[in-house]
Amino acid sequence: MANFFPRWANWIPLKLLLIVMVLGAVVTGGIWYYFTPKYTNVGYMPAQPAPFSHAIHAEQLGMDCRYCHSHVEVAGHSNVPSTQTCMSCHSQIKAQSPKLAAVRASWETGTPVQWVRIHKAPDYVYFNHAVHVNRGISCHSCHGQINEMPVVYQAQPLSMAWCLECHREPEKFLRPPSEIYNLNWRPASAQEQLAMGAQYKKEWNVNPPVTCGGCHR
Amino acid sequence: MLRYFFIGLGLFLVGLFAVAGFRGQKSGKPPIEIFPDMDHQPKVKAQVPSSFFSDNRGNRLPVAGTVPIGYEAPRSKDNPFPDEGKYNGVRFTAGTDYLNTGRFGDQWGTGIPLPVTAELMQRGKERYQIFCAVCHGASGGGNGVAGQYGLVAIASYHQDRLREMADGEIYNTIVHGKNTMLGYGDRIPLNDRWAIVAYIRALQLAQTATINDVPAGERAKLEALPQP
Ligand code: HEC
Ligand code: HEC
Ligand code: HEC
Ligand code: HEC
Ligand code: HEC
Ligand code: HEC
Repeated sequence: MANFFPRWANWIPLKLLLIVMVLGAVVTGGIWYYFTPKYTNVGYMPAQPAPFSHAIHAEQLGMDCRYCHSHVEVAGHSNVPSTQTCMSCHSQIKAQSPKLAAVRASWETGTPVQWVRIHKAPDYVYFNHAVHVNRGISCHSCHGQINEMPVVYQAQPLSMAWCLECHREPEKFLRPPSEIYNLNWRPASAQEQLAMGAQYKKEWNVNPPVTCGGCHR
Repeated sequence: MLRYFFIGLGLFLVGLFAVAGFRGQKSGKPPIEIFPDMDHQPKVKAQVPSSFFSDNRGNRLPVAGTVPIGYEAPRSKDNPFPDEGKYNGVRFTAGTDYLNTGRFGDQWGTGIPLPVTAELMQRGKERYQIFCAVCHGASGGGNGVAGQYGLVAIASYHQDRLREMADGEIYNTIVHGKNTMLGYGDRIPLNDRWAIVAYIRALQLAQTATINDVPAGERAKLEALPQP
């Protein structure tokens, strides 16, 4: 009787094994690459009802973040400004601009401008702005170079691993209290940052929570 | 067989990257939630809409005619607010004394009702630079950056009318605004308002001050600065 299976059939199990292994690697890699806030959240840049630009207001005009986000250092929640904040200037500056139609409509009717929210911690996480910005953490560490963004996008994943990266080693991020709202400030060098950070950490007794109850309360 | 597999896989990966993109790519699409779990709980957080109410506002406005505990409703006859009626009466003074309104009865009062310390001045300076300097300029000359972009008639503090103005009236301007300047009462709490008034007084003094007004111990520091 002739060979029932041709000779190459001997390789089938090996080839199948190789295929399964490659597919396994691709699926694992795909999940590692895609199933994380680094992919799902970073770069989220929704269109806003009015094309508000931080590059114009914060950088070109030199406005302080707190002119608009006025409760960031006293409240857990960093507020998005009221319509009156915009109208202080825009009742005269570019008062007829079509780009500001949504703001004017809100001013006339009293209904808020529906800004699309970008950064969002899940509802089971406790986050507080005031404790961070009053303890030497700048907006820059968590929101990126906002003052150069014509349109705001999410620059950091805001995942749990990301929070913990800083909570374990806050000295990498602590900066002088006068530079919290200056997003263009940079430490002279990495070593200097570590030395300065370690000093602040000791002086101010900075002790961010790394136990579950700190953030899941 | 293997060759076709790898060609297929390669095409699939190219397709995947074409459709799903890379990490950090800018996108206007809402974030994908792989396991939404308890990300969205039916509780109200600050500045979040709520479908529970017919107007979708999570943050409720006070019911018309109600007054928070510890507050007094604005007096109706001699109401100092230029924009009365605009908020359907939803606006409260926290008391009717000088500290809260800047006036004694119906007269503007003068004097800072808080201890004027170096910290208060420092605080006033910081707050002034955040909230007022964009329009009024760092030294109060009315030459802030907003003026260069078309905001007209920003008052300079260095005119006799404002030098002689009662502290209480400046306080009231911060809270409720004046003519084309809108109020800052919702963003600047009570103590900070008085700190800003104190700092404005210092700015006004500084315009006409001479070296003799500087304490003897501090003069050397000032003279060491580069002359303009
Ligand atoms: C002139 C007012 C103004 C100033 C000054 C300002 N912002 Fe904003 N900011 C806004 C408005 C309005 C929005 C909402 C619209 C948007 O997202 O573009 C916003 C949105 C944001 C967001 C995104 C919020 C979200 O939905 O997740 C961040 C983060 C932020 N600002 C940070 C800053 C920082 C940091 C500074 C200081 C460098 C600053 N802002 C200065 C008005 C301002
Ligand atoms: C300190 C004054 C000031 C405040 C407060 C302010 N803006 Fe502006 N805004 C400006 C100036 C100045 C420009 C630039 C005008 C120009 O380019 O000539 C501008 C430009 C804009 C533009 C572009 C308009 C156009 O036609 O090009 C938009 C949109 C805008 N602002 C939205 C806002 C919103 C929303 C707020 C409230 C959160 C706000 N602004 C608060 C001063 C201000
Ligand atoms: C330690 C990290 C961190 C720092 C520092 C930080 N933020 Fe945030 N910010 C967040 C997180 C996390 C959220 C989402 C919060 C949530 O969903 O409750 C957020 C949300 C916001 C929002 C949107 C709130 C809303 O309801 O739409 C604004 C505006 C904002 N931040 C502004 C600022 C400004 C301005 C500063 C600097 C003064 C700052 N943040 C500093 C982490 C940070
Ligand atoms: C860049 C550094 C940094 C990042 C990122 C960061 N934190 Fe913090 N966190 C700190 C520091 C510093 C403190 C202050 C510790 C202290 O006051 O001793 C703190 C304190 C806290 C506290 C304690 C507040 C309290 O009332 O005791 C909580 C809760 C918290 N962070 C939550 C978060 C969450 C949630 C995230 C991620 C979304 C986050 N943090 C990201 C640096 C950071
Ligand atoms: C620094 C603050 C912080 C601490 C401490 C912390 N978490 Fe978290 N945790 C977070 C944040 C922020 C998220 C949301 C991450 C996201 O949105 O991707 C999260 C998400 C989670 C989730 C994922 C829920 C889901 O379905 O995605 C679990 C489970 C969790 N935490 C458990 C824990 C446990 C257990 C501990 C203690 C060992 C702990 N956490 C400590 C901030 C913290
Ligand atoms: C958006 C620009 C703007 C900002 C910010 C601003 N002002 Fe004004 N301010 C004006 C304009 C415009 C006038 C002139 C009003 C008029 O009489 O028409 C004015 C007038 C004044 C006057 C004189 C009022 C009078 O009786 O004539 C005082 C005092 C004053 N501002 C104080 C302040 C203080 C304090 C701050 C900071 C908390 C501030 N302003 C922030 C635009 C601004």
